Amino acid sequence: MSLSNRHLLGLNGVPIEDIQLILDTATTFREVLERPIKKVPTLQGKTIVNLFFEDSTRTRISFELAQKRLSADTVNSTSSSSVKKGETFKDTVRNIEAMKVDMIIVRHKSAGVPQYLTRISKANIINAGDGLHEHPTQGLLDMYSIKERLGRLEGLNVCIVGDVAHSRVALSNIYGLKTMGAKVSVCAPATMIPMGIESLGVKIYTNIDEAIKRNDVLNILRIQLERNAGTRIPSLREYHNYFGITSERIEKNNKEILILHPGPINRGVEISSEVADGPYQVILDQVTNGVAVRMAVLYLLGTMH
Amino acid sequence: MKTILKQVTILNPEQKLNQKNDLLIEDGIIIRIGNLKESDFKSAEVLDFENKYCVPGLFDMHVHLREPGREDEETIVTGSNAAAAGGFTGIACMPNTNPDIDSAEIVRFIKEKAKNHLVDVYPVAAATLSRKGEALSPMFELFEAGAVAFSDDGVAIKNAEMLRNVLEYSKNFGTPVIEHCEDESMADGVMNEGFISTSLGLPGIPNVAEDLIVMRDIMLSEFTGGKVHIAHISSKNSVELVRQAKKRGINVTAEVAPHHFTLTDESLKSYNTNYKMNPPLRSRADVDAIVAGLKDGTIDCIASDHAPHAIEEKEMEFIYAPNGIIGLETQFGLVMSELVNKKHLSLSQAIEKLSINPRKILNLPVPEIKEGETANLTIIDPDLIWTVDIAKFKSKAKNSPFDKRLLTGKSVAVINNKKIYYESKFRSI
Amino acid sequence: MDIKAKIIDEEGLNRTLTRLAHEILEKNKGSKNLVLIGMRTRGEFIAERIKQKITEIDKSEPNYGVLDITLYRDDFRTRLKQPEISVTNITIDLNDRDIILIDDVLYTGRTVRAALDALMDLGRPNSIQLCVLIDRGHRELPIKADFIGKNIPTSINEEVRVKIKETDGEDSVYLVNAPTKN
Repeated sequence: MSLSNRHLLGLNGVPIEDIQLILDTATTFREVLERPIKKVPTLQGKTIVNLFFEDSTRTRISFELAQKRLSADTVNSTSSSSVKKGETFKDTVRNIEAMKVDMIIVRHKSAGVPQYLTRISKANIINAGDGLHEHPTQGLLDMYSIKERLGRLEGLNVCIVGDVAHSRVALSNIYGLKTMGAKVSVCAPATMIPMGIESLGVKIYTNIDEAIKRNDVLNILRIQLERNAGTRIPSLREYHNYFGITSERIEKNNKEILILHPGPINRGVEISSEVADGPYQVILDQVTNGVAVRMAVLYLLGTMH
Repeated sequence: MKTILKQVTILNPEQKLNQKNDLLIEDGIIIRIGNLKESDFKSAEVLDFENKYCVPGLFDMHVHLREPGREDEETIVTGSNAAAAGGFTGIACMPNTNPDIDSAEIVRFIKEKAKNHLVDVYPVAAATLSRKGEALSPMFELFEAGAVAFSDDGVAIKNAEMLRNVLEYSKNFGTPVIEHCEDESMADGVMNEGFISTSLGLPGIPNVAEDLIVMRDIMLSEFTGGKVHIAHISSKNSVELVRQAKKRGINVTAEVAPHHFTLTDESLKSYNTNYKMNPPLRSRADVDAIVAGLKDGTIDCIASDHAPHAIEEKEMEFIYAPNGIIGLETQFGLVMSELVNKKHLSLSQAIEKLSINPRKILNLPVPEIKEGETANLTIIDPDLIWTVDIAKFKSKAKNSPFDKRLLTGKSVAVINNKKIYYESKFRSI
Repeated sequence: MDIKAKIIDEEGLNRTLTRLAHEILEKNKGSKNLVLIGMRTRGEFIAERIKQKITEIDKSEPNYGVLDITLYRDDFRTRLKQPEISVTNITIDLNDRDIILIDDVLYTGRTVRAALDALMDLGRPNSIQLCVLIDRGHRELPIKADFIGKNIPTSINEEVRVKIKETDGEDSVYLVNAPTKN
């Protein structure tokens, strides 16, 4: 079994067999992560560049650990956009390409950059987050974490809560979960719901209690202050009061619910500390699973012919 | 020197002309129209234009020439060459150069650079100094130097009060104010806002950002009696606003760029920056409304919004790449392929929108095809099937999304200022 | 499958496994410190059978685990198809244990090399002993089995196919002609 595409640009259009294969393979690596020596020689001799044009400590560390544990040679580049240096983006990538790399992990503020890379580079490209578009490995690790806890994805009701319009996690979750047969909804103030999202087959909630009641899983997005959230909500306090996930809300509406959060958490804003550390959440499991899922993706792409 | 255009169909809706004749030109003047004798042919160069049309020279009222400032992208001469290759004998160039066209010196500089060319170049001057919307440009001086219209193109005139002043002041010379209609506070995006922008993760610009300014401008035109021309209209509601305004007798006109009746935001799925423009490519419903607006006359003319950019700039990441595409050399083919051949417009209507109406909006004389007049003509072959090849463009820039597109209809020659452009060469006539 | 000969039948296989269980117990003086590790996929079931035999003989069940060596293979660059990967299931601490690594056929020795690397990443055993049902020769690495069910000298154009009830519906070993490579 192999994946049907030699790049992972997003979960839009990725067939169910591929997602299944990645999730199954991740189970293998989940076992490796429990070993005293968390390293296997599988990608020996492969060179991987982590090209992060936008800073992201967590995703980068997760990818880097996944690569090191597969024995690949990795190089990190955390630079701002090439525009500032006066070099064209194409030249930047061509330069890296000339150094003979096998795989490029890319994060960029602009959507479409990973897709563009596939046109100018021969390496396997993995999208680590492009603009407001996709963050496929996050979507995969969220699905893995749900499946690990609930045993399935098919037929589950999953609601994505928060600034969907300014999230790259939301779209990957929507595409991936829908492919796997889950029912996906979003819940947020209307200013945080992007135009036309219902055309993706997504239900919209504007009442958080309702969303908790009618779902098996909540995936809570970070309220991104750095992305100008201030013009779309009056204050963090008001957001917390009307959309924040608290233990009272969970206990009142649905004690069976599973809580995910891609991190980093704003305690007391989108989620209360009690919930973030409580029995309903799998937030730290998500982080561990993130390494396993990324190892799976790297393995499947890196050993493909 | 004598030249005969043999058996060409002369078409000029303004003169109600549609007839097949020979046309004799000497020293750039139309000497005779009629069926010429054998003896006439001997002493002249004969161009056999049977099955081709001779129309008043086409005019593109929305072109960015980049000179002064970015001569690496386009110059007045290369832009004029591209215009001739695309079938145009006259163009109006927009003021967002560097420096902006906001002084008489710059207007004169452009006129001087364009002087000996086949193509007439008419500068559009900035309505406000540096197009900042803070102080009026010296409009009298600019008009006297040769400016034919005023615009802060690139942006709309900043606020209602300033637009009111520009409209009132420009009534002194009857020039139109050309408006790039977009509400600044809603214009942070890089493509049309809708399902496609959501699924591509690109920030969107909603239709309403355009509609708001179109509405403001119409109301201020009514209030002041000044002449507003809506540039590159792209949204369905804006077309309707213009339609209603015209019904009420308000002095408003509108143009559309070929990409806005040819392409939709679906094209952006490839993240190709050659589909990035402002206003952005809209939805199918908008395209349909624009075609309807062209048919019923709501949209007066077609203009390319020719916007040259250096390759290295367009090859940036999508959100950083500049807006705009070049259009002079594909415009006529797109009008024929998308509007005339699909029976939305007749050939005569297309000529009105590509030659007659833009000149009327800018108060320029419409060339007449009659004996004794200067020959200002475009020869078109409506049936010629050709493939766009950016490598062959006369423009310095290559940023076109239409490369390799198959088009029907092409200009084969243009004649103006005692010159002819034919078979890719300029010479005297 | 182009069969040349049936080398071992159901009864033969049972006898061979019984003998192997006895030999393992004898050499290691009982099963107390043993960990049987079966290599996926057929080695897993052979190990399972040997575990049952040892339990019967020694009256105590030896520790047991399953090893998947896919991640340690040395042929990712040359194989045509991507190998299927599955999970290693070893829950006990391997430090200071005597490990019996069990596989169906010993051939080039490369799989065993990968298994040794994999085991070393899991701990520091006291010893690792190799038990195979069939040794068909043609070693490419200096590896030798400690317990051998049957030595079958083969030509390079032949293959040994071990069939196990759990996956193949029968217990037997065949010598077959290798499928011609196109």
